[in-house]
Amino acid sequence: MLNQIGNYSLYIALLSSILIMIQSPILLNRNNINVSGRIFSLISIQSLMIIISFIALIIAFMISDFSNETVYNNSHTSKPLFYKISGTWGNHEGSLLLWLLVLSIFLLIFTITSKNLSNKYRILTLFFQEIIILGFLLFILFTSNPFMSLFPIPNEGTGLNPILQDPALAIHPPILYLGYVGTSIIFSSSLAALISGSVNKTWAKHIKNWVLVSWIFLSIGILLGSIWAYYELGWGGFWFWDPVENVSLMPWFCLTALFHTILILEKREMFHSWAVILSITTFSLSMSGTFLVRSGILNSIHTFANDPSRGVFILCFLFILITLSIFIYFFYQNKIKNNIARTYIVSKETAVLINNLFMMFFLSVVLIGTVYPIFLEVVNNDKISVGPPFYHKLIVPFMIPFLIFMAIGPNFNWIKDKINKINLQQLLFFILSIIVSFIFLKRVGISYLFSLPLFVASFFLFFITIKDFSVKKTNLSQKISHFGFSLFILSVLVNGVLAKEYSSNMKVGDERKFLNKTIKFESLKINENKNYQSLEANFKITDKNNSINLKPEVRVYDQPQTITSEADIESTLYSDNFLVFNILKNDGFYNVRYQIKPFMIWIWISIILISFGGILSIVKKNG
Amino acid sequence: MVKNIKLIAVVFLLIVSFFILLKGLNKTNNYSPKLNSSKIDFNFKAKFLYSDEESTLYELINDKDFSIINIWASWCLPCREEHSFLLNLKSLEKFNIIGINYKDNEINAKKFIKELGNPYSKIIVDPSGVNSIELGAYGVPETILINNNSKTILKKYIGPLDDKKLAELKMIIENEN
Repeated sequence: MLNQIGNYSLYIALLSSILIMIQSPILLNRNNINVSGRIFSLISIQSLMIIISFIALIIAFMISDFSNETVYNNSHTSKPLFYKISGTWGNHEGSLLLWLLVLSIFLLIFTITSKNLSNKYRILTLFFQEIIILGFLLFILFTSNPFMSLFPIPNEGTGLNPILQDPALAIHPPILYLGYVGTSIIFSSSLAALISGSVNKTWAKHIKNWVLVSWIFLSIGILLGSIWAYYELGWGGFWFWDPVENVSLMPWFCLTALFHTILILEKREMFHSWAVILSITTFSLSMSGTFLVRSGILNSIHTFANDPSRGVFILCFLFILITLSIFIYFFYQNKIKNNIARTYIVSKETAVLINNLFMMFFLSVVLIGTVYPIFLEVVNNDKISVGPPFYHKLIVPFMIPFLIFMAIGPNFNWIKDKINKINLQQLLFFILSIIVSFIFLKRVGISYLFSLPLFVASFFLFFITIKDFSVKKTNLSQKISHFGFSLFILSVLVNGVLAKEYSSNMKVGDERKFLNKTIKFESLKINENKNYQSLEANFKITDKNNSINLKPEVRVYDQPQTITSEADIESTLYSDNFLVFNILKNDGFYNVRYQIKPFMIWIWISIILISFGGILSIVKKNG
Repeated sequence: MVKNIKLIAVVFLLIVSFFILLKGLNKTNNYSPKLNSSKIDFNFKAKFLYSDEESTLYELINDKDFSIINIWASWCLPCREEHSFLLNLKSLEKFNIIGINYKDNEINAKKFIKELGNPYSKIIVDPSGVNSIELGAYGVPETILINNNSKTILKKYIGPLDDKKLAELKMIIENEN
């Protein structure tokens, strides 16, 4: 029953998509007709149908309807309800349906909120957006339909990968998708603006909100993914330069660059072409991300499906979209007004340009690191692995000038500023940062080549962003985001430099000394839970003043049979105590890893601050 | 004109990437080492874990009739499990066990040996992992049995050693004699 509802509503959505695409060229030539008429009702029907099919899938998961193949493959009756629901998008088919859902809802919101813009621009945006929706509908219906029926109906499902049974991970994909899909609106509207010759202030003002929304969701989505990796994967790190992580980071760089460019476009009518190129690139990167993750071309924990026909479909679709947008760009490029406004080197415009240059550099590094191994393997059959050292070596040296520019740049005025802006106050802060970093590094005893300049630059940015709160000129949301970023860099650095790790094989009752602390393995007990058994250890960490108890677990899930390690983390404002243990096969010994991670919590807080700046900026404008 | 060249260049780049990715899709993700034959290249130079000298694997496998090459790392959990088996093997006279420390940190590696004992007659380090991959390693731990006289691989085990593999190892050696 649910399968039929889901299927038919998807077909109706497909039909409305085709109808909209036929109607839009007709409406395009009649200037006085309001879009709100027939097209609007079609879009509403489409969204409604997609919502219905999504709800049908959720219900199928909730009531464990194993006549549905997707439910059978990814659920189990013994799972808690929360994970049954999150299981809806924890698999290939469901996650694509979620993509589609967000796509259509965003389009609906776009149609409602763009009423005061020109008809031509709106219809064209709808048209491009419908191409994307149509592509996804075809993809879902013909290669990864979530509503396939199974007969005879099995009694029990095969379960959800236990590693995915986690609250942070349950909401990580939807949030990330909101960010990805938001970029599709930016893409469609930039092409529409290009064709209708309205790449200007008004467009910038309108699209700025969409850029911000996608950027906020993308940031939070990345944050959730990192938090999950931190406590679930049990390595004590939060960013591994895993290709799939990179894939979400690339659109983020692009969006950050785009946001700054859009600001210039809005205020100064500059960088028209660049804004369009960035819009196209951002969406292409989001789509490539989907391709790389979903096609199984990458080897990663995120890979769900390994069906080449799916990969071929997304690949073709992706390249059709990119080629289409490139041709549109080249043919309508002349329509862009090219009034080169007079600008001086020391100005806000230059500062944004420098920001963009750095963003593009970081983007290229990550892009090459991610794609090059794939290309090399195909062309040359060589297998190389690109790990953290590659990224660190290429990004760290460029981080130093970047941070310094970020500290100075935002204080420049529009059009022209005086070079003596780099004033005594900033110089004092700079000297202060040198002293602070020097003392800090001396005490820690690190003498890595880049560490001193890197710390100086980040302390400098940190001080300047704090100082900027007292300046009235710039807006508050920017101050918060920039301060958040400086805090982020500083916490990552301090965390990297001061993190300590101890690992040993211990059995119950053992005691080990590490630095000035004693780690005691006190007890071990077995708990029965709904769909897993857990082995809960109790460790006591004592130092001079106080003691804490850490209770990491090893979980043995029954459906499917999997063992996961759950780290126990004691977070304070200064540092995290991270402890994880693993079963060894012989004689009651367990491998124990204890880590002290200073300022870990500030990494999360700083990313929340960065995103909060964005939220504030939206709220302020509309309020 | 310049515009056209740009367009052609971009489209060309796109087409190339398209076909490369298309081809990549049809490949499996599993890495298979190039060398499937039993002859391998022992001539790479590598540093010892406990001294700064360098040696080739070739020089190391001359001592006795057989050598066991064990690729391990301190960060690898199965290696810890396997370690007791290697310590058992050490008591046999017919071969040397040579350790290749794979993509590891020196301090952790030394701590690992100090904690669990040293079954190896020599340990060389392979910080980049390249030499191990050239030997045909899939991952850690991996154990390769070599006939020192003919310089051929007799047997290769992927994953930690256990009682069954150990018995088989001993049998192969018996048969070779």
